[in-house]
Amino acid sequence: MHNRYSRQELFLKEKQPFANKHVLLVGAGALGSALAEMLVRAGIGRLTIIDRDYVDWTNLQRQQLYKEQDAQERLPKAEAAKKRLEEINSDVFISAVTADGGPEELSALMNAHLPDLLLDGTDNFETRFLINDLSQKYNVPWIYGACVGSQGISCVIVPGETPCLACLLDVLPAEGMTCDTAGIIAPAVQMTTAIQGAEALKILAGRWEEVSRELVSFDLWKNTYSSIKIASLKKASCPSCGKEASHPYLSEANRTRTAVLCGRDTVQVRPSEERAFNLSQLALTMEQHGTKVKTNGFLLSAIVSGKRIVLFQDGRMLIHGTKNTADAKKLYQQLLG
Amino acid sequence: MNIVINGKHEQVALSEPTLINLLAEYSLQGKSVIVEANGQIVPKDELASTNVKDGDRIEIVQFVGGG
Ligand SMILES: [Zn+2]
Repeated sequence: MHNRYSRQELFLKEKQPFANKHVLLVGAGALGSALAEMLVRAGIGRLTIIDRDYVDWTNLQRQQLYKEQDAQERLPKAEAAKKRLEEINSDVFISAVTADGGPEELSALMNAHLPDLLLDGTDNFETRFLINDLSQKYNVPWIYGACVGSQGISCVIVPGETPCLACLLDVLPAEGMTCDTAGIIAPAVQMTTAIQGAEALKILAGRWEEVSRELVSFDLWKNTYSSIKIASLKKASCPSCGKEASHPYLSEANRTRTAVLCGRDTVQVRPSEERAFNLSQLALTMEQHGTKVKTNGFLLSAIVSGKRIVLFQDGRMLIHGTKNTADAKKLYQQLLG
Repeated sequence: MNIVINGKHEQVALSEPTLINLLAEYSLQGKSVIVEANGQIVPKDELASTNVKDGDRIEIVQFVGGG
């Protein structure tokens, strides 16, 4: 009998405390890849991964689950991650969801199988504020993590106890400081996920007294590290965790239809209501009109009006080579009405 | 003056020794940050009126969005 967990058990002084735990991981980019691999190797029972993107060559420098073939085939990240993770530890039940994690999609996942922990592997504040509200509504802790350049930041948010993200940040920060403008090095990812991952293991093992209640940040290039006690920032009037919380980010109305993707000269356009597309049918129609189209079963890609477009089954489209959301919307409507 | 920022000894010269000027020195003015001075979090609206003095220990945490 193999005992792959012997070293971990030696440290924890406990046998497989994670075997029945379920984690919902939002985002399977750089942070998400590293977090997923850590948890799967640690032997959690179930991992649900939701991601809206596919593997691109610019991801390979830091998104550790993906390989060249995934980029060549433009596999959805959630699917490529699941494949790799099952090779690492076949005991873990992994479900992959390729969708834009909005209020509806994430609430459905919470209702289907309530996780013990929500993990932030996203690249934008809009989704983080949504995770923050879900955490409060469903009373499930979450761990904020983000990185850019050589910097990273992390914080554990425990409903009913610690301040929440909305207490710490009264406004949604402008998305000026993402990997789009500053780039990112892989060690900043690894350091951020090392902090998130350690806190995740503590929570999943039920070692609550050990869980950090501080906001941690670092800069690996400048060699600085700081940790701030944030208990005093909890606000009784907070719209997400206060006495009269309304969970504003759970409302679909607060969701944008277009988003510029982090680190990519790319705009995502979502349909205003859920649509299911028959990609092979659409590919056929487009080819009849003289457009060269590629499909891999999960998505369709083509060059339209000089721009590379990628369409997912759920009707989302990524339009590459632009940051102009108005232009992107126009192109979307031209193609799909 | 000599202060400790995020655990590192730094020498800074500020026209006026306030926290808001210190943030500007590090190009962090107006960014989403939490500032702690000598173990106490300084509310946003007090950054301009809080002085920095020699020997202070300042922690500046900047919220970033990437990942
Ligand atoms: Zn709050």
